[in-house]
Amino acid sequence: MKRKIDVAIIGGGPAGLAAALKASEAGAKVLVLERDTQPGGILQQCIHNGFGLHYFGEELTGPEYAGRFLAKVMQDENIEIICDAMVLSFTEDRHIVAVSSKYGLIEVEAGAVVLAMGCRERTRGALNIPGSRPAGVFTAGCAQRLVNLEGYMPGRQVVILGSGDIGLIMARRMTWEGAKVKLVAELMPYSSGLNRNIVQCLQDNNIPLRFNTTVVKIHGRERVEAVTVASVDPATRMPIPGTEETIPCDTLLLSVGLLPENELTRQAGVKMDMITSGAVVDETRQTSIPGVYACGNVLHVHDLVDNVSHEAEVAGTAAARFALEGVVTTPAVKVVPEGGVRYVVPQVLSTGAAGKIDLYFRVGNAYKPARLTVTCDGKELVNRKKQVMTPGEMEKITIDATGLTGDVHVCVKKEA
Amino acid sequence: MLYDVLVIGGGVTGCAILRQLARKKLRVALAEAREDVAMGSSRANSAIVHAGYDAAPGTLMALLNVRGNAMYDQWCEELEVPLKRCGSLVVAFNEEEEKELKKLYDRGIENGVPGMELVSGARARELEPQLSQDVTAALWAATGGICCPYQLTIACAENAKANGAEIIVDAPVTGIEKTGDGYKVSLGNGKAVEARYVVNAAGVFADDVARMVGDESFSIHGRKGEYMLMDHSANLMTRVIFQTPSKMGKGILVSPTVDNNVFAGPTAKDVDDKLDTETTDEGIAELKKMSLKSVPTLNLRQVITSFAGVRAQPSTGDFILRESENAPHFIHAAGICSPGLTSAPAIADYIVDVLAKAGLEMEDKADFNPHRAAIRRFAEMTNEERAAAIAENPQYGRVICRCETITEAEIVEAIHRGARSIDGVKRRTRAGMGRCQGGFCSPRVMELLSRETGMPMETLTKFGGKSNLLFGKLKEVH
Repeated sequence: MKRKIDVAIIGGGPAGLAAALKASEAGAKVLVLERDTQPGGILQQCIHNGFGLHYFGEELTGPEYAGRFLAKVMQDENIEIICDAMVLSFTEDRHIVAVSSKYGLIEVEAGAVVLAMGCRERTRGALNIPGSRPAGVFTAGCAQRLVNLEGYMPGRQVVILGSGDIGLIMARRMTWEGAKVKLVAELMPYSSGLNRNIVQCLQDNNIPLRFNTTVVKIHGRERVEAVTVASVDPATRMPIPGTEETIPCDTLLLSVGLLPENELTRQAGVKMDMITSGAVVDETRQTSIPGVYACGNVLHVHDLVDNVSHEAEVAGTAAARFALEGVVTTPAVKVVPEGGVRYVVPQVLSTGAAGKIDLYFRVGNAYKPARLTVTCDGKELVNRKKQVMTPGEMEKITIDATGLTGDVHVCVKKEA
Repeated sequence: MLYDVLVIGGGVTGCAILRQLARKKLRVALAEAREDVAMGSSRANSAIVHAGYDAAPGTLMALLNVRGNAMYDQWCEELEVPLKRCGSLVVAFNEEEEKELKKLYDRGIENGVPGMELVSGARARELEPQLSQDVTAALWAATGGICCPYQLTIACAENAKANGAEIIVDAPVTGIEKTGDGYKVSLGNGKAVEARYVVNAAGVFADDVARMVGDESFSIHGRKGEYMLMDHSANLMTRVIFQTPSKMGKGILVSPTVDNNVFAGPTAKDVDDKLDTETTDEGIAELKKMSLKSVPTLNLRQVITSFAGVRAQPSTGDFILRESENAPHFIHAAGICSPGLTSAPAIADYIVDVLAKAGLEMEDKADFNPHRAAIRRFAEMTNEERAAAIAENPQYGRVICRCETITEAEIVEAIHRGARSIDGVKRRTRAGMGRCQGGFCSPRVMELLSRETGMPMETLTKFGGKSNLLFGKLKEVH
């Protein structure tokens, strides 16, 4: 199958759906390529609530949140979704090759491309956790799929390494299904998950969370039989000898970070940000390749789907304008992270940047309180005190980008 | 059923022997203790086709390494198993090591290794630009290569089976009794088979099997080797890089794999427990240090998994390929440590000769088919081939493993060829071998396993035995 389309979107999760709606609104014909058998992305397996507080002003489950967008997409004659289709490659000239059982090889010539492939979970292998390699070591998201979509219990006696949001959600889910979650161990002195999840998932269910703690060994030849945990020195993050404790269990869940899934992006030669592991983008979410945009977790890992939707709408609108009107943006100034700021998205602002622009960023450490400043050419755009800033919660700051004369510096420092 | 020959052990040695026996007009079977072939050393080793300069001249290791190496092209072609003659470099970092290189070279000449050359550090870096600036000299061996050890093992087993051999899995040998005409071999759970001749290819447990017929002439100890595997993007190196060997083995090497990954390993640690495949902090630390010594550009952030294998080190210091002195018609193919993988085809022929000398009469089958078709890999097809493959079988259009681009068609084919677990599918297709390590695809592979075999989801395992993945349906687990 060969197709020509204004905007092609790779991925039909929350980012892809929101981008599709805005691109269509701007007048573009849109094609969404989704690898799963139905759209919605990872939201399909997130049956807990807590989605949409910011975007819709109400609490929804993951499928409900996706459903709101999907209902509009389904009624939109300018949007076509092909599910069960895996994109194999795209090139600089916006030529996409995908495959599907139904259509065989799908070749798309797109006016603009929006990358919305989401992210994947870090694994045991990436952490080099020593010990045996039995059944019973799952990433939290894999366990979530098994429980929520397949209806099976992957464990009864559970230890969770990492306090990422999916791990916290799964601690509660497994408990509710009758499993005993013995411990959530977090390497860092703070959680990478949302505070509300620590309260609602762990504290409300009496599940212990231990900071500065990691798994140093996995036991069991065929199925997990126990894990050994140890305290780590916060300075070096190395285990402290003598603090080992072996906890009998049959399952180890890992919630140790998410990585944007950018293999296609790299293949195409898009310039990448080493910190976010996503593309370098401007305020329209255009990557280093004109007409190729990125949004959602493939760009940088978000905590809240609401932010994903907002970001995707920016990308979807810009992609349509590029495809229909040939609006090209070129980088003008950089947005530079400083002090405790790990990264800022967008990384550059274009020649067309003007008016209110949201900058999203994360800090590398916990601050209580912090001083946040944004400066340009020595001029202070923002200067404010923040009571709490943690690496687990993405920050947003809005600046007026009209008439910027140089690079924008976003800085967080400890407030005395 | 009385077999002419029963092979004990479904590693690369046992399966290669089975393949060669399947060429003859014989009733042959192989008994494997685990749920699948290639579950021991054959699934966790360096995957190197060695040139043959390491072993001492006059040993079986030296003879069969060089002979086996020369057989690889034909075997891999017939069996459609990947093989790359990428060549290998043994590198030296100082004068003392350079002297060792010279000794290796001389030994190689004596062993009859073709295509060797002592080269300067600069020339070595031309051959492998990723090599450390500190390398002062190297031994280049053009015949060194890489293959896929578990694919080769599985391919031998499939080819033997297609030519009439039987493979019995989940069949650990629990006892051996002498009968009038041969042996009765108990295979657990009350199962037993009788065979006129028995070949002991039981890997690290070959000494235990020998004891069952009263043969205490050798022992096997386990030597664990840890490995670290990196993603496709970790490095663009193209040659096998050895460091100068020591008495514990060939040292830690850095090598590409036939699947375009890069690995570092193995460590070498003697272990009392022959099933000890645990990775350790110390092992990983050593791998990192030593691999960076050879290839400083190696991106260790790209590690996708670590694993360990246990090599079968014989007390005799050489392969043990002979009839037992205590038990007539009981043949050992034991102590197969490195270069066992390279030697496997030659060991197989050698064992067939030992059987013949022990009195087994055999005649070639006229209709033996040496060809085994590999599962067609979608990832390796051109777009035109892909379109055609999907038109013929729509399951080729559904990608199950995203990281390695493995389709439903390949997984279904692997299951039809005998995969019964997640790891069985993984070794046959690579589904789950990529950077997400099965995080996305393992639930989908489980669904396919259940759909194609009828096994309920909750009975599925990672690798047979009690490696169950699920505890049952929700709300039934209390």
